[in-house]
Amino acid sequence: MVSTHPLVEARDLTKVYPARGSTPEFRAVDGIDFALERGESFGLLGPNGAGKSTTMRMIAATSPISGGSLRVLGMDPMKQGPEIRARLGVVTQDDHLDNELTVRENLHIYGRYFGLPRAVIRERATRLLDFAQLQEKAGDQVETLSGGMRRRLTIARSLINEPDILLLDEPTTGLDPQARHILWDRLFQLKQQGVTLILTTHYMDEAEQLCDRLVVVDHGRIVAQGSPQELIHRYATREVLELRFRLDERDTAAEKLRTSVLATGGTDAEGRVELLPDRVLVYTADGEAALATVHAMSLTPLTALVRRATLEDVFLKLTGRSLIE
Amino acid sequence: MLRVFRYWVTLYRRTWRGSIVINVLNPLLFLIGIGAGLGALVDDNAPAQIAGVSYAAFFAPGMLAAAAMQNAFLEGSAGVARAAGFGAYRSATPTPLRPEQLAAGHLLFITFRVLIASGAFIVVMAAFGLIGGWWALGALLGATLTGVAFAAPAAAWAVGVRKLRHIDTVFRFVIMPLYMFSGTFFAVSQLPEWIRPVSYLLPLWHGVELCRTLSLGTATITGSSVHIAYLLTLAIGGFLVARVTYRRRLHP
Repeated sequence: MVSTHPLVEARDLTKVYPARGSTPEFRAVDGIDFALERGESFGLLGPNGAGKSTTMRMIAATSPISGGSLRVLGMDPMKQGPEIRARLGVVTQDDHLDNELTVRENLHIYGRYFGLPRAVIRERATRLLDFAQLQEKAGDQVETLSGGMRRRLTIARSLINEPDILLLDEPTTGLDPQARHILWDRLFQLKQQGVTLILTTHYMDEAEQLCDRLVVVDHGRIVAQGSPQELIHRYATREVLELRFRLDERDTAAEKLRTSVLATGGTDAEGRVELLPDRVLVYTADGEAALATVHAMSLTPLTALVRRATLEDVFLKLTGRSLIE
Repeated sequence: MLRVFRYWVTLYRRTWRGSIVINVLNPLLFLIGIGAGLGALVDDNAPAQIAGVSYAAFFAPGMLAAAAMQNAFLEGSAGVARAAGFGAYRSATPTPLRPEQLAAGHLLFITFRVLIASGAFIVVMAAFGLIGGWWALGALLGATLTGVAFAAPAAAWAVGVRKLRHIDTVFRFVIMPLYMFSGTFFAVSQLPEWIRPVSYLLPLWHGVELCRTLSLGTATITGSSVHIAYLLTLAIGGFLVARVTYRRRLHP
């Protein structure tokens, strides 16, 4: 059946957690709109507390919406939660695997929660263990797995019902670089197979690798959306100059830079100096030229690095804050 | 609900041997230590106070009910809070299962556990000649009902508990006093008169009375009906509240 409806459609979607005791009311998601088409890979990008996970939970039909409208697979999550969940795969931030059970038992139990027949689970489990490169671990207790293996098992588990959409909440947070790359490779393979992915991340490289389209959220609102390249093009400069100064020099240097031509000249996206706790960023079309200007101001940075602009810079530009605080 | 129950049974299959040993050893120690040891002292000095039966015969069904309460409370509170915080409920939440089904499946499993533990207790009682015949079956059901009457409200509360030490506090200040004032170790009629009406309101007293009268063969239809109605109300009420609290915690 080919459907022309978006897989997920949110209009003015809002989530308010009511006040409880001394905790005041909290608007976690404050009126967001988006639509997700089949086969697309969609990323929610933002710092901790921006409302990403809450949005994911509403899509996953495990958190009732407070306002606006939300359709998932053409259904209403408030009324058809179990039907929606039957067709989703969810990878939560924490693995929530059963440490006392074996790798295969974890898949089996999960499949049973979906009401799948044992024979179907057995066949799929073998295939998924293959996919997750965990064949040799099938009989081992989950307790003995490394962080990367646990993550791969969680993803394998989420695929047991052959979901229409796979939701991943910060899939590689806390993994070492090698484990992250293996995981990205697996996710990319899924994407190639046409699985629709929705993921949240605060890693820019992850978003650039896996997402066709990004929504940048902050304080429960969408501040920008587009493909990774569009966002970089629109909100950042071509190059970024990163400067580090000696501690006793840092404040005066920063002040000088802030009032210099580097901060005030150029077009809108250009000519911006961003002060971070450990370094100063200069957004510019030409990093080398900017560095020459810095030297001409008789500033002597400890290190100077010219690099290509990334989504991290987009986020900084949009919110004035870095993603990982 | 049965899928959730199956999950808990799968976990239990790994530990059932150890848990059966504990289920048998526990009553054995109590019946030898208190039933025979303390019982000798009581039987020699104050036989009239406890309805004219041996202290062991009096104490054993009381302990049966109290042990059912304790097992059920711990499973229903710490077990549930752990499952809700980082355990089984978390992994089951994104699946088609509804929070109400998680509550029902887990409570069914706790019922099964209490049934097994109480069964082991009664077997030990029978070995001491403290119970026999069809009455034993009645006491088994009575003890299981007592357990469920504690497990369901405990689960309804514990699913929202984020700090496990709160459970210790409730155990110390609610469950332990219940042991003392519900006629487990001595008849409520031995307490000062003004405190007795309080005892009659305590859920464990109803559990103890139900198990004791069934075990001693002195149960009456009216008495037992009151106890059963009281305990059933707690069990059903607890489950109805749990349906709401489970959803609140798992689908925030």
